[in-house]
Amino acid sequence: MSDLLWVAEVQFAAAHIRRRVLAHTLAHDGGYMSQACSAADLLATLYLQILRLPPVELPILPQPFAGVPGPRNRAYRSGAYFNGTPGPQHDRFFLSPAHYALVVYATLVECGRMDPAGLEQFNLDGSSVEMIGAEHSPGMEVMAGSLGQGLSQAAGVAMARRRRGEPGRVVVMLSDGEFQIGQTWEALQAMAFHRLDNMLLYVDCNGQQCDGKIETVMAIEPLRARVASFGCRLAEVDAHDPVALASPAQWAPDGRPLVVLANSDPCRGLEPLRANTPKLHYLRLQSDVERARYRAALEHMQRCEVP
Amino acid sequence: MDLCSKVHARNLVRWAADKPRVLVLSADLTSSCEADAFRDAYPDRFVSLGIAEQNMVSFAAGLAREGFVPLVHTFAVFICRRAYDQVAMSVAYANAPVKLFGFLPGITTPGGASHQAIDDVALMRQLPNMTVLEPGDATELESVLDVMAAVPGPVYVRMLRGEVPRLFAPDQPMRLDQPRVLAEGDDITVFSTGICTEEAQKAVAFLQSRAIGVTHLHVSTLKPCNHPSLRAALECPRLGSLCIENHLRTGGLGTVLAELSADLGIGKPLLRLGLNDTFAHGASRGYLMREHGLDAAAVVRAAESLVGRNLGVAAGEIGTARTVSLHSAARVEAL
Repeated sequence: MSDLLWVAEVQFAAAHIRRRVLAHTLAHDGGYMSQACSAADLLATLYLQILRLPPVELPILPQPFAGVPGPRNRAYRSGAYFNGTPGPQHDRFFLSPAHYALVVYATLVECGRMDPAGLEQFNLDGSSVEMIGAEHSPGMEVMAGSLGQGLSQAAGVAMARRRRGEPGRVVVMLSDGEFQIGQTWEALQAMAFHRLDNMLLYVDCNGQQCDGKIETVMAIEPLRARVASFGCRLAEVDAHDPVALASPAQWAPDGRPLVVLANSDPCRGLEPLRANTPKLHYLRLQSDVERARYRAALEHMQRCEVP
Repeated sequence: MDLCSKVHARNLVRWAADKPRVLVLSADLTSSCEADAFRDAYPDRFVSLGIAEQNMVSFAAGLAREGFVPLVHTFAVFICRRAYDQVAMSVAYANAPVKLFGFLPGITTPGGASHQAIDDVALMRQLPNMTVLEPGDATELESVLDVMAAVPGPVYVRMLRGEVPRLFAPDQPMRLDQPRVLAEGDDITVFSTGICTEEAQKAVAFLQSRAIGVTHLHVSTLKPCNHPSLRAALECPRLGSLCIENHLRTGGLGTVLAELSADLGIGKPLLRLGLNDTFAHGASRGYLMREHGLDAAAVVRAAESLVGRNLGVAAGEIGTARTVSLHSAARVEAL
């Protein structure tokens, strides 16, 4: 019964994440829409079920951009304040593909960590709610926009936490396109060698990247066998099934970093998007016909909303 | 002059003894970077990361964010060229207190262009938040760890290994942005850094023997580089200044001084000696210093052009650059 409750909560949040990102995309004639379709369930499951994060008192309104880090910037802080103030027992979350930022922001709204007005600051001059998540953007803790660097940084944090004997985990969300990057494999190799089993990786396997379908740009398969051969523990799940997503996070650590390959549909919940296949990385609305089609989809989502 | 051997290897063990948060990260060049003694003394604080510098640099940033002090050891070319994006985004942007030790600066290795960091100062000083240090002797190698540790942000140290001369008294440690005044005179100023200071000293002694007044500054902090003595040394000489460094003529100490001169409106000649828009090649250090004009003779030639006359250098009068035997016990590189 309690299972059913959290699953319903995740599904509700995921539907709202897609709706928020679609509304945003319509309002701005463009957005990272496909990432919401593929990863809404994953991010909702992470934030509502998997991650052990300290609560925030009230939904937070993002602070304006407060300058880059440096010796003279005393006011600086990373965007991790949306994840609460972590103690040793808490998990830490790192988003590797910073291009998913809009989806994370929508997730923060849906799980009560960000004021919905924060989403209106997206990509505005002087705002910290940047288009490609920076370290100071809501929910972010490191610079990961140059893909491949987030995982290595998270691994350094995981080693530090293990040295301090902290029970909390380091949870990283990645995208499958990042498995074309040498540094990703360097990081996996180091995580396995140093037995960082306090690391939990969720990969949004949507088969998509900027140029189109991954298999036409640079093949990464067999991903499961490749990752396993690097000494990682593997799980492969349906990225739209909250129970399946949450299950591997319960496994007792066995010395290996755990990699969950979450197979996703890059158009999940938004049928008109399929017309753009294979170019799904960024949706740019170019005609009134197209806008009308997506507006109808948004209205449909709003009608179907659970009250 | 004393020659000291494996100064960093010994000093690192001593220095880190009471600093449990200090970790050494290595990418398969542990003895080549004189970190082997640390590894053997504190195996629990030694983190081996294999030939994978991009991961090592970002990994170090993660450790530094959590309060550890990661000392990244590898060759300078691999920090500055292979992992530049990681140094910029994971380390420098975050102002993370990662300490990067780049070995084999300039032509100090016979390993050839792939191993010779001729552009590292230019690359590192461009990065916001980065501090850049270049020790020039054994005393500075012994004190650079304290200088580095006192900087709250990221630091790049251009490191020396193997046999290193002791030019400065052990009780006069290196200090941040504090050039050393090694000679004072009114005609010209000689600026030098790193291994070129030893050469510059020979040249200065010769110039003094020809009654030329020389001010000689050894600069071991390349960023920040704002000490008032630099201004005076650029402004005061009657004939102008020259600068010598084991680096490209562009982007290093010469450029730092040229920028300072421009900012301060000092309109005096500044001759910049260094690798002149060229890569080097695999050969001995003495040979390469002669070939690229990084030795005492080159300093004298530049001084001659500042004073406007031939100073009549007799054969053997200013000495040639010291060569380190390829198989001396102090050498650490497997060739």
